[in-house]
Order: sequence, then structure tokens, then C-alpha cells
Amino acid sequence: MSEEKNFDFERRKWVLAAVTVGIVAVYMCRLLYLQLMSEDFRAQADSNAFYHRVQYPARGAIRDRKGQLLVYNQPAYDIMVVMNEQMGVDTLSMCRDLGIDKEWYIKRMAEIKDPRRNPGYSRYTQQLFMSQLSVEEFSGFREKLFHYPGFYVQKRAIRQYERPIGAHILGDVGEVGPKDIESDTYYRMGDYIGKLGVERQYEKQLRGVKGEEILLRDARGRIKGHYQGGKFDRQPVPGKNLTLSIDADLQALGERLMEGKKGSIVAIEPKTGEILCMVSSPTYDPRIMVGRQRGKNNMLLSQDVNKPLLNRAIMGMYPPGSTFKTSQALTFLQEGIISPSTAYPCSRGFHFHGLTVGCHAHGAPLPLEPAIATSCNAFFCWGLYNMFGNRHKYSSVQDAMTRWKDYMVSMGFGYALGVDLPGEKRGMIPNAAFYDKAYRGAWSGLTIISISIGQGEVTLTPLQIANLGATIANRGWFITPHVVKHIQDEPLDSLYRTRRYTMVDRRYYDYVVEGMRRAVTGGTCRSAETSDYEVCGKTGTAQNPHGRDHSAFMGFAPKDDPKIAICVYVENGEWGATYGVPIGALMMEQYINGRLSASSEERAQSFQARHIIKQTEDE
Amino acid sequence: MNKDKISIWQSLDWVTVLFYVSLMALGWISVCGASYDYDAGGSIFDFASRSGKQLMWIATALILAVVVLSIDEHIIESLSYIFYIGMMAVLLVTPFLAHDTKGSLSWIDVGGGFKLQPAEFAKFATALCVAKLIDGYKMNLSKWPQLLMAATVFIIPMGLIVMQKETGSALVYTAFFLMCYREGMSGSVLFAGVAAVTYFVVGARYAEVPFWGGQQTMTGQFMVLSLIHVFTSLLLWVYGEIRSDFFRLFFSGLLVIVCAMLFSRYVMPFNASWIVLLVLAADIVYLTLLSFKDQILRYFYIALFALISTGFYYSVDYVLSDVLMPHQQTRVKVLLGLEDDPRGAGYNVIQAQIAIGSGGLRGKGFLRGTQTKLKYVPEQDTDFIFCTVGEEEGFLGCCAVLLLFLALILRLIVLAEHQYYTFGRVYGYCVLSIFLFHLFINVGMVLGLTPVIGIPLPFFSYGGSSLWGFTLLLFIFLRMDAGRRRSQHK
Repeated sequence: MSEEKNFDFERRKWVLAAVTVGIVAVYMCRLLYLQLMSEDFRAQADSNAFYHRVQYPARGAIRDRKGQLLVYNQPAYDIMVVMNEQMGVDTLSMCRDLGIDKEWYIKRMAEIKDPRRNPGYSRYTQQLFMSQLSVEEFSGFREKLFHYPGFYVQKRAIRQYERPIGAHILGDVGEVGPKDIESDTYYRMGDYIGKLGVERQYEKQLRGVKGEEILLRDARGRIKGHYQGGKFDRQPVPGKNLTLSIDADLQALGERLMEGKKGSIVAIEPKTGEILCMVSSPTYDPRIMVGRQRGKNNMLLSQDVNKPLLNRAIMGMYPPGSTFKTSQALTFLQEGIISPSTAYPCSRGFHFHGLTVGCHAHGAPLPLEPAIATSCNAFFCWGLYNMFGNRHKYSSVQDAMTRWKDYMVSMGFGYALGVDLPGEKRGMIPNAAFYDKAYRGAWSGLTIISISIGQGEVTLTPLQIANLGATIANRGWFITPHVVKHIQDEPLDSLYRTRRYTMVDRRYYDYVVEGMRRAVTGGTCRSAETSDYEVCGKTGTAQNPHGRDHSAFMGFAPKDDPKIAICVYVENGEWGATYGVPIGALMMEQYINGRLSASSEERAQSFQARHIIKQTEDE
Repeated sequence: MNKDKISIWQSLDWVTVLFYVSLMALGWISVCGASYDYDAGGSIFDFASRSGKQLMWIATALILAVVVLSIDEHIIESLSYIFYIGMMAVLLVTPFLAHDTKGSLSWIDVGGGFKLQPAEFAKFATALCVAKLIDGYKMNLSKWPQLLMAATVFIIPMGLIVMQKETGSALVYTAFFLMCYREGMSGSVLFAGVAAVTYFVVGARYAEVPFWGGQQTMTGQFMVLSLIHVFTSLLLWVYGEIRSDFFRLFFSGLLVIVCAMLFSRYVMPFNASWIVLLVLAADIVYLTLLSFKDQILRYFYIALFALISTGFYYSVDYVLSDVLMPHQQTRVKVLLGLEDDPRGAGYNVIQAQIAIGSGGLRGKGFLRGTQTKLKYVPEQDTDFIFCTVGEEEGFLGCCAVLLLFLALILRLIVLAEHQYYTFGRVYGYCVLSIFLFHLFINVGMVLGLTPVIGIPLPFFSYGGSSLWGFTLLLFIFLRMDAGRRRSQHK
């Protein structure tokens, strides 16, 4: 062993030490940069590792006012596939069990793998193969599932409808569209959302709150358990149940009566503003808008010339015809244009300065009550003429028009009432500016005389007409009509609990009520008379430039302590007394008595069988 | 002769042992974090798990340390050549006995489900052999023939390990040049070597990367040429007579390069590398003129360095991109760890940096890292173990580990310099050079600074072979040091 120490190069130890210190210093600077000065590494690591799995809450059930179940959830099955594991599957046998053909299978598999159509694709995770199989469709496949490695089943829920009624009110549920996702961050691709009716309007209450599991996902996309033992997971909150104000039996009868006809029936409980039934015809079975066939059926319905998807009760804007005369009488009385005893002449109509509005034969001159009972056109034309020509009260015709419009608006016309359903139309109540534009300022009461009898520019929705009935039944107020009576654990919107008063005093309503009563006892609505309770009514026969007149009826019963106010509107039904009155009478009987008498049932069947729509027969 | 009365435990350098044990403990914590399986859960002490096995490796390594300490250092020294020849024989036969493990032929099945990697044990044998050779022949490594002879000793295992397709482990043996430098090898050889490797790695790795937004300038070419200017200037600083020459050369060149960069970026994009090439030409002309003017040959050598460096870069570039076929290019890049990327460009390195970066100052906490446990980071409990430290223990944990390594290496320098005998000193430098190389490459690769070369982080990476190998390496030196202290007490 050598004895001496070599000192020649000893100072080189400093170089090596400096190199070591230098490397460690550079690495510490790099760590400083990576760990303390770069922000997004944490987020990148989290997005790598955390898989936020959604847990869908059960959607709330919907019941009618008596607690009868209308809409509930039924299990459905999505079939999922993991591409990496599905090798060696007997494709033909699987197609047979699922009731699909081989071409569809090949197409679907290609779609799943296409990164443009399926951006989140991974070979290692479950991909949606078929969605929303019903229990029946699925049962055959379930038994053989073990034959098909790589295929999995995910349980979801679809809506099920107890009775084939109320499609327009209930609405349906479908996959969210891009717009919904954009406007509400709650939604993700593949979520369901209410599309129409109550399902859409009360989406927030019905849907509940999605839960979330934070799972750990490894580099190949496989799930490795809950993050921190599920400490940050959220349980889903089930949707709230709804109780509708709809009476399912009344709704069912209404839909029967309107079979083969276009139009609408709306009934309201006057005291509460609760809508008892809302029939829009033609309608469809809500059960066809569920699951896998929804898209196809939705398309068929939207292409139907009779527009079954249109909820005519709130979207149909019709001339109210003579039902509107009640509102005119109230306005004229309140404004002092007429008194209850004022009588106007009628010689088969209103004739003035070469203008004629026809009327039918009845005694003349008439005061208010019989004018309503017989639905005299001339009386209301005179009233409007006198109001719009009254220069003591109104400085100009525009002034009078504005006053008139204010009355109409106070009765719930001209604007959407605010029913708790999407798509409500406002109808049309013209104002002075409208006529100034239309007639370049040169117009008078005579020019627009037809608005006094619910024709001309005036249009209302059946809901607004029914609400007019409720207002008269209440003698001067209404509560905004609504279809939802009760939301689980949540108060109803104050809008649906507050009275809205019209500009007309209660005492004037009594004359109109009396007129409507006389219409039933000895006027246009005689067929609605019954010994069980006192019915008040007003017919309407709305002139229709496109075809046969529309048949309308507005009424309520019993006269004192009214339980139901109703509007029946049958397109091309001719006289109000032809369809409107008898249908209205049957509906009142059903609601007030809880059933139809034998003779009424017979009549109901005959109305059910009378079709107005020219069916594409042989179908 | 009361030598034996002084216990080995009294003369042992406990400071080094403390560093060793600390690193191994931190390493075990990291292996627990990296190998923890969410599915299985289970105890970290379970012997079926990686952490449980690592605990066993640590226990056996400690036993091994005690065994080494109880062997007389003279016996070890006298067996140096035998160890070396034996290990070389084992390395030679390994590829024939080994089963293919991820493309590597370096693992030998020793039964009982255990595999050993002989390459890890060749290090200490080689170090002993080199030390014995230099000591025995009183070599002066500043002389070329002697340097070559010494180098042959560690170039042989390098070649054998390359044959096992373990290029990373083979490259470790270049660390012996650090020891050679200490023992007299010209600094310029080391400098030239470092410079050549830097040119090659930087040039090849960033060959296709556009520089600073522009499409005309390629990062590799621009950086390498700029580096040549910097190195040339530095040589002038070290070997020049007048400082002002350095300042004139370095800063005027730098000014031109920066102007070219700015012009290319903001005015008109063009290949700024041409300007750097012009700067280098000016450097060479200036230095040549200087050597004639002052009659100093050194300036001419510096000019030659710049010229050869430039030539080296372009010929390597030419060979890589024009002579070699594409699949050969890929092979070279994989060999260099430039292309070890199953998922496309830089996936592994990016995931490693995400793992470390997501740790922040204090880390996510023990067993709370997600990047490493969910296998986003490759080799998360072996070569990329430092990611777990970064993710779970944060900046503070990483600094602690780096400082421990720094302390260990500096301590080893001190101990090596304390050795009276060349044998001990050379062996000591071999040991610390190997540790330094592993630290430099392993941590640098995880931080995205050095090429991805698959070598373990000493005392941290999972595995018995490497832990035993490093323990042998270190404790043979500690035994020599203890022997020295005992002889001092005589």
C-alpha cells in the first residue's frame, strides 16, 4: 500500500464539490419553478385523476288533485360496452336478443369509436351502446348477459304515465339540447330535461339535485375507488313530487268529448284559480313520448297537419265571439255608458251610417240582462258606439280606446295570464296606437265596432275565456290560473295565491251574472239547464273567415258559491249551442256531481262520436 | 498492537451512516406512496406489497452493511481483482441466463421469485479494481497511456452492460471520469467530454423544436452554437492573459446574438442560427489573430476548440439526420433516452412534471398523491420515485432529499480526502461520483432537465439489487475509512 498522499490535485476537490452544489442548486430552482410558481399543475393532476360520476336523483312524481298518480318513474336500461373487453362476442346471437340487425350493430360500434361523434371515448371505460331499453325489451338480454363479455347494464329511469291523458299539461322529458346546456351549467350531455308542460315549467323542482361521486381513475381510465373514502361525495337529492289541480276524471271526460274535434276545454275553480282540466284537441297519448321511440313519435306529431303538439288552451288565439259581450257590459256599466235599465233597439242588427252588424230575431228594444241572455249584437254595438263617441268623458276616440283597453287588461286579456305552463300566448287586445297605424288616424267607434262582440282584432286564448268566466263567478276578481296545486315541501308562488281585481265594481257583476243565468233558463244556453244546480252561461259563435264558425261556451256553476268556471271552444263547431253548451254542461255535471248520469253518459258518447276533423280515413 | 481493541463501531463515520439511514427511511416512505394500491388497500407492511418487500430489502441491506463492516478492509482490498474478474464473468453470462424483462436482459432469476441485477454489483467491483490499479501502479492519470489503462477497467463493464440492453446502467460508468479528474486527468478532457455530450444531447433533443415562436430557427442548432460561443469565451477567461479580451469577445458576441433573436422575433423571421455561426467565425478569427499578435499558442488552441466544436455538432447532425435510416435514428434516440415515449411526445416527462408541480409547497400528504398511485407517472416506484416525493411531500420534502444527498456527497469528499492511501481515496471518489451521477441524471430526468435514462435514485427506488449494490459500495468505503481511523489511533 502506498504511503504518501497525493496533494498535487487536491484542490480539484473544490471543483467537484462546486459541481455537486451547483447541480443541487439548479434542481432546487427548477423545483421552485415547478412547485411554487406554476399554477396549473394541480388542476392538471386533478383532471387526470378525478372522475366525477354523476348520480341521478329520482324525478318527482306527478299526481292529480285527488292524489291519483299520473306520472312516475320506471326503470329502464342502458346497455354499455367496454371496447377493450368485448372481444369474441357472438354478434348475431346478441343482435337477435336485443332485437337489432347486424348493420345497426356495426354502425353503432363505428360511431362509438369515432372521436368526433364521441369525444370522451376510451377503450377501457363504459360507452353507451343502446339507451333506454324497457323492462320487456331488456328481459331476454339480461339472462344471456354473461355470454357477452364487455357488455354492461346501467340502470336509469324513464317516465311512465298511468293514464293516456293530459299530454299537453304533463309534457314530457327528453335529452338536453345544446341550448339548455349553455344556459344552465347544471346540465351535462346526456342528461334529461322537461321538454313541455309541467315537466318543463317545474323542471327545477322535479329534477332534484344530481349527486356526485368523486372516483379515482388510473392512467388507463379504470376506476380505482372513491377519493378519500368518499368524503367529498354528494348524495343525490330526489326531485319533489307535484300535485296538480287537474281532476283526472274531468280531464279524461273532456278529452273524450273533444275526440275528432279541434279546440279546447279549460275549467277553473274560481275561488282558487286552480285549473281543473285543460283539454287541447287533437291530443296524443303521452306514453308514446317515452324512451327510445320518443324521437320518431315527436317527429310524426310535429308533422301532423292538425298540430296535436300545440296546446290550444294556452296557445290558440281565437275570436271570443259573444262570450266577450259580458266583458263589454261590465265596462259600459262601470264607465256609466249604460245603466242596468238602458235599452237599445235591434232590428235584426245594428244599422248605422250604412254600417250593419247582423243579429238574430228577438224582441227589441232590449235592456242589458235579456241582451246577454239572447246575445243581442246590436246592444253591444250601441254601447261601444256610445262609449267611443262620448266626448264629454273622453277627449278623443284614442282616449276612449285607451280606457277600454285598460278594462280589458284588468280582466286578464291582452297579456299572458301567467299560467304555470310554458308557451302561453297573450291574445290580442288592440290599443289606440294599433288603430292609428292601421287606419292612419282616421277611425272612430264605428270603424272598430266588431270588437264589442268579440270579433275583429280581438283574440283570446281559451284559458283567458275560462278565466273571464271565473272572474264573473267571483264577481270581480280572479287568481292567476295554474295547474300545480301543491309542490312537496315548497310553497306555491305568491302569484297563484293573490287575488287580482278587475276595474269593475262587484255590484255590476250581479247584472251580468243574472244575464248569464237567464241565458241558461231561457236564452241561448238552454240545454245546459239542470235541476241539480244553477248554471250561468254565455254562448259564442265566432265568425271564422277561413271556414265554418267556431262554437264557444263560457259559463260557471253553481251561480252562488261557484265551483267551476269553464270555457269550451270547438273550432268549426258552428253555433255555440251546438257543441259548446252541451259539452260545457256535461263537464260541469261531471265535476260537480262527481259522475255523469246515465242519460248524460249516453249524450257524452254521442258527442265523443261526432267528429269534425276530416280524418285521413282508412287509418 | 491494540488496534483490535478499538471497536469498529467507535471508528465508524456515524454522520455518513445517519445520512444513509435517513435517505433509506425517506425512500421507504416514498415507495409506500408510489406503490399503494387503491383497489387492494391493505397494509403498507404487508410483505405481498412493494412497500413490505422494500422493508425487507432495507433490513437485509442493513445486515449486509454490518457484514461488510466486520470484514477486514485489507482482505477486501486484496480481493479487488478477483471481485472484478468474477463480476465481469457474471456480466458476460448474464444476457444468456436472463429472461427478457421489458426488453432488458440484465435480470437473473435466483429462485424464490427473486431476481438480481448483476450490473448493480459490478459497480463496487469495478471501483475496487480501478482503485487497486491506480494505487498499485502509482499511476498518474495526467498521462494519456495510464489514463487509457485505468479507463479500460470501467469501459469493459460498460460494454458488457450495453450487451444486456441496459444502456442507462452502462452510462453510469462514465461517472468514473470524475474520479479520473481528481486523480490528475486533464480538466480539458472532462470539459471536452461534457461539452461533446451537451452538444449532442441538446442538438438531438431540440433539433425539431422551433425556437421562441419563430419557425425558421430551430432550438437545437441555435442553442448549441450559442453554447460554443459561451464555452469559447469561458476558456478565454480561464486561460487568457488579459480579462478585457474575454469581455470584448463574450459581450460583443452576446450582443449580436441577442439582436439577431430580437430581429427574428419582432421584425422579420429568419434563421438566427446563421448569425450565431458568423459570431463563431469572428471568434475564431479574433483568437487566431490574437495568438499571432501576442505569440501565445493557447489562444490558437481555444480557436481550435471553437472550430472543432462547430464541426462536431454539424457532423453529428449530418450523421443523425442524413446518414442514418429513420429506424436507426429512433434507435439512437431511444438509446440516449431521448425517445422513450409509448404515448407520444413527452408524455412521461410531462406527467412527471405534473406530479411534482401538483405537490406545491407542502405536498398532498402521505399516500394522498394521485398522479403516481394511478400510474400516470411511469415506473413510479423505481426510476420516477422522485415524483412521489414531489407530489406527496412538496417543495420542502424535495429540498430535504436533495440537501441530504448533497450532504452525503460532500461528506464523502471530505472522507475521501482524509484517506492516507491512494486506494481508499480513489475508491471513495468512485463511490461519490456514482452517487452524483445517479442523482444528476435521475432527478434531472424527472424534472425534465436531462434525457430520460432509466437509472434508479440511490436508496429511494424500489428494488433489492440496487439497494444492496449501493450499500456495498458505500459500506466498503466506510470500512476503509474506519480502518484508517483505527490506524490513526495506534
